[in-house]
Amino acid sequence: MRRIIHKMFLVWDFDKEEKWLNEMAAKGLALTSVGFCKYEFEDCVPGEFRIGMELLKDLPQSVEGSKYIEFVEETGAEHVGTLMRWVYFRKKTSDADFRLFSDNTSRIEHLTRIIALVAVVLAVNLYFVLYDAYMYFASSHSSAFVAAGTINLLFAAVAAFGVVRLLQKRKRLKSESEIFE
Amino acid sequence: MPNQALTEAVYYILLSLIEPLHGYGIMQNVEKLSNGRVKLAAGTLYGAINTLLEKGWIAALSTQQSSRKKEYQITGTGKEILRCEIIRLSELVDSGINILRKDAEQK
Repeated sequence: MRRIIHKMFLVWDFDKEEKWLNEMAAKGLALTSVGFCKYEFEDCVPGEFRIGMELLKDLPQSVEGSKYIEFVEETGAEHVGTLMRWVYFRKKTSDADFRLFSDNTSRIEHLTRIIALVAVVLAVNLYFVLYDAYMYFASSHSSAFVAAGTINLLFAAVAAFGVVRLLQKRKRLKSESEIFE
Repeated sequence: MPNQALTEAVYYILLSLIEPLHGYGIMQNVEKLSNGRVKLAAGTLYGAINTLLEKGWIAALSTQQSSRKKEYQITGTGKEILRCEIIRLSELVDSGINILRKDAEQK
């Protein structure tokens, strides 16, 4: 039986999202496709699948992106979905505990990728805050610029919070790898 | 070459590629070599392979049309890196054993 669940995760809580998807799989609902805040599941034997997700360096549709997806598929995982640059895989757990990263070096590299993404969102919104302020004071005094500016400022604040959270996560991993590999 | 430690993943990937292998083959071989202790994840392995290709420590073999999977093999530079790493590792093990043995003898 198919089941659709709507749920929202913030980008910097990607680890919570992955954990939730694995909890669903453990309960007998395996991910079959993803959309914006939308997850589709099918019934499975509880614990049959493990889910792994990752932000790719390139778009999944690009040559580099599809090369990577093919590589992961060759290791026995199934590509279940793509959402912008995020890819989702699942694998039958009988052979091994499936995950996409097995050392801190690659986990840190992945976090850096996500930080860069959120930082771009932050920069774009800050730019528009300045733009809206300039337009308001320099030309029109229109309240539309106040509204737009407020929304951009809000987005920028949320993105800034995200960057801080991600930097904290990365710092924790980095200090761990000073002792352990 | 600077005397830097290789990550466990890189060390075992280089060792595995004495024989040509494709990605999944490397994962299986590393697990076998380490008696099941080191399980490389696909993302980690992919990143490591690309870095090693850039550095020229491994090379991709030209694939025949028949097999789609790309195979890799260690290069001369890669073998030299492995030799240096093994010397470094045995120094670590030797000094560890010596110091702990002396300590045990004194007690």
